[in-house]
Amino acid sequence: MTKIVEIKNLTKKYFTKKALDNINLDIEAGKIVGILGPNGSGKTTLIKILTGLLRQTSGEVLIDKHKIGVYTKSIVSYLPDRNFLYKWMKIEDAFQLFKDFYPDFDTEKFAELLAFMKLEMKMKIDTLSKGMMEKLNLSLVLSRNAKLYILDEPIAGVDPVARDQILDAIINNYHANSSMLITTHLVRDMENILEEVVFLKEGKIVLTGDTETLRAEKGKQIDAIYKEVFATEEGYHA
Amino acid sequence: MEFDQHLPIYMQIMHVIKNRIVSGQLRGGDKLPSVRDLAKEFKVNPNTIQRCYQELERENLVFTQRGLGTFVTEDVETIKNLKTGMAQELTQNYLEQMQRLGFTPQEIIKLISTRVNRRDDHD
Repeated sequence: MTKIVEIKNLTKKYFTKKALDNINLDIEAGKIVGILGPNGSGKTTLIKILTGLLRQTSGEVLIDKHKIGVYTKSIVSYLPDRNFLYKWMKIEDAFQLFKDFYPDFDTEKFAELLAFMKLEMKMKIDTLSKGMMEKLNLSLVLSRNAKLYILDEPIAGVDPVARDQILDAIINNYHANSSMLITTHLVRDMENILEEVVFLKEGKIVLTGDTETLRAEKGKQIDAIYKEVFATEEGYHA
Repeated sequence: MEFDQHLPIYMQIMHVIKNRIVSGQLRGGDKLPSVRDLAKEFKVNPNTIQRCYQELERENLVFTQRGLGTFVTEDVETIKNLKTGMAQELTQNYLEQMQRLGFTPQEIIKLISTRVNRRDDHD
């Protein structure tokens, strides 16, 4: 299997605090991998390193056999957890921006996704609801023919119908030769589309594996395992 | 679809497809949905469906034709065996649960025949 992401002994310190502590993680082509953990577990730091927004303190990170840099940025499509478009834009302006900026942007794919999401080119960004905004952002990000898609909390705060559309779009755009890395704390809604999960707790990987195998081993859903692993932080009682 | 907590999802989806075959919703020779379409229907990872199809193929219930898709077996005997197997499994589960409730085999048979007769009256 081709490895899209290879992370070896990755550590990131902010002064003396370790945000990531000796992370080892490989992601194979064709996998949808979930990074699960509460706020402050290191999810965002990990994403920022993969997208080249932060540099690691030590360790090695390769995407498609390359160190983080110009090449990796060209093959990583990233959905941030906050809006990245300007309020004055119409959807067609956002589309134009992406098309100009990313050579791998697929106009046809975008048109399909837009229709699927029931969005139109003429719509103004500042009139979109939160769910529509999320659907637009995801459509833009998935329209790139990237090797690695990083989706940061793709269904946070959207209604169930929008959530289903987003899940469908993710499944539809799944490709055997690219990978997806999805962070979420809405484990219940997402777990069935994740092939592998990584539990991140205080900067360390505390549990990782194939989703179906973990379910079978523990006799419970990933959501229940999540509650167990993070019980102390979030006040759950298993 | 709500999945059971204790069984792998691919097995639960296998069960749904088996039900569709036994009930005639899917007939011998019918094409199964593409992996992607079924993944969307159940909102699961496409590789889960892939695995489900592989296991069904191992049980000779479906066959794959390269480039064309996955099809339900045309072997009537295999489908009949599947049906019998599923019926036996249901019966077994029912009997175990009834025995756990403390019913004797005679009582169970009586309950069933009463129930079946009552249904006949209404139908």
